[in-house]
Amino acid sequence: MVENRPWLTFFSHLTVIVGVIIIAFPIWMTFVASTHDQATMLQSPVPMWPGTHLFENYRDVLERGYDGRPGTVPLYVTLTNSLVMALGVAIGKILISIISAFAIVYFRFPLRMTFFWMIFVTLMLPVEVRIVPTYGVVANLGMLDSYPGLIIPLIASATATFLFRQFFLSVPDELAEAARVDGASPMRFFWDILLPMSRTSIAALFVIQFIYGWNQYLWPLLITTKESFYTIVMNVSRQANVVDATPSWNLLMAMAMLAMLPPVLVVMSMQRLFVRGLVETEK
Amino acid sequence: MEKRVVFNERWLPYLLVAPQMLITLVFFFWPSAQAMWQSVLVEDAFGGNSKFVWFENFVSLLSDPSYYDSARLTLIFSALVASIGLAVSLLLAVMADRIVRGASIYKTILIWPYAVAPAVAGVLWGFLFNPSVGVVVWLLHGIGIDFNYVMNGNQALLLVVFASVWAQVSYNFLFFLAGLQSIPKSLIEAAAIDGAGPTRRFWDIVFPLLAPTGFFLLVINTLYALVGTFGVVASLTQGGPGQATNILVYKVYNDGFRGQDLGGSSAQSVILMVLMILLTFIQFRFVERRIHY
Repeated sequence: MVENRPWLTFFSHLTVIVGVIIIAFPIWMTFVASTHDQATMLQSPVPMWPGTHLFENYRDVLERGYDGRPGTVPLYVTLTNSLVMALGVAIGKILISIISAFAIVYFRFPLRMTFFWMIFVTLMLPVEVRIVPTYGVVANLGMLDSYPGLIIPLIASATATFLFRQFFLSVPDELAEAARVDGASPMRFFWDILLPMSRTSIAALFVIQFIYGWNQYLWPLLITTKESFYTIVMNVSRQANVVDATPSWNLLMAMAMLAMLPPVLVVMSMQRLFVRGLVETEK
Repeated sequence: MEKRVVFNERWLPYLLVAPQMLITLVFFFWPSAQAMWQSVLVEDAFGGNSKFVWFENFVSLLSDPSYYDSARLTLIFSALVASIGLAVSLLLAVMADRIVRGASIYKTILIWPYAVAPAVAGVLWGFLFNPSVGVVVWLLHGIGIDFNYVMNGNQALLLVVFASVWAQVSYNFLFFLAGLQSIPKSLIEAAAIDGAGPTRRFWDIVFPLLAPTGFFLLVINTLYALVGTFGVVASLTQGGPGQATNILVYKVYNDGFRGQDLGGSSAQSVILMVLMILLTFIQFRFVERRIHY
């Protein structure tokens, strides 16, 4: 604070509070809707304060799914799929990126820069712009409706490779030199020195990539046809688009809450790591 | 920048990059090459037979008025998402940066939307603005505005813009805040001693020093509006009503996956890829330069 200007401070608080209210309002209304019964949520104006059906609604969707018709998959299955996918994507990305960054920084070999540029180019080719052919490849490999199909095509990562490359470049040369003089093999150096030093980068990256994996929408939409492989995010969106005569807003919003809760918890409980991971991976 | 000390191994480095390379080749390069190949083929209606047609798909795409409509719409949409998103988050970041008391609580809430998937954001906003039970629609009706995004194309576009901005605000906010906190306090203090008020200090010192962050975010937000908003559109309007929210990335999906027009969809993919490559190139050119400033 440079000088004391009570009015400006008041105005700052006011602006930020208005911002916070607008940001939080959709989430608040979703929560409120998930605590009432179906009939209440069908007449306008809908309540703006929580009701008494919280446990009932969440138990309903978790055990029976949205409408409980035969064959509907209960939501705990869908949530498990999302968890497997998010963990798989996050861990997979970190694993393959850290070893390829290690190779690119600590070795000199023909085609090294070619590999580097090939990884770089993947930044420009998100799934959204090559939908049909990517689907074709996954279908040919027999990976539709499977966990490997959900996870593996998404784990190539330019950003993660760049982050580890930046980090390795900042590690003092003396460490590698000392390891070499002492006769440690490259992999020994990697395990015993580089990996322990990268802990914070790995954790920060994990937070970002977990959210990325959890929030995938188009990919699971394309390659899953069986409801038992749906993920929560695509399931919520799909259910919202089904035109129902009497939609169960309470259950739909309970599903939306469950879709948001894990990533929001991850962000809030690891806020510092998250901010660090975000600002560092993107620059 | 290169390492001075390196290991000498013949096969190990190849083994280490192999997994990344394999996935990149199979799931990125191969499909992209196929998209390019399919964009010069026409498949007959019964499938199976495809014919090489040079650039016919591109010609018919570029002479199709609905493609121009979608391109124009995408331009308007991206401009709105990027400008509103940047303006709102800059305002919030500048104000939050001034605040001492309670700042961390504000920050915690302001970063929530980052964790919400664009597709879920679409569902949330669809509920708030639902024509029959939406609470905002009810409030708007109270002051004499009829809001029905299912029927009215402009309102649908506006709603998709709002939902997209909402989902992206935290990201921009965090970067602006980091940018603000890296501005040396001594500069601000010196200007204050020389008698510059808060507004003057913002426009003459803070804003120019934030320009690199702002430019970076402009590119990221344009990319987000072009590609990342797919989930919002898919959850909220599915391109409708009519073609009112059928932005390019949704059109690729709609024509290729639902309409089964492989050649046309691939030609659209190739055009989008070129756009992405241009934007990413601009972004990295700028990052290279930013290091020296």
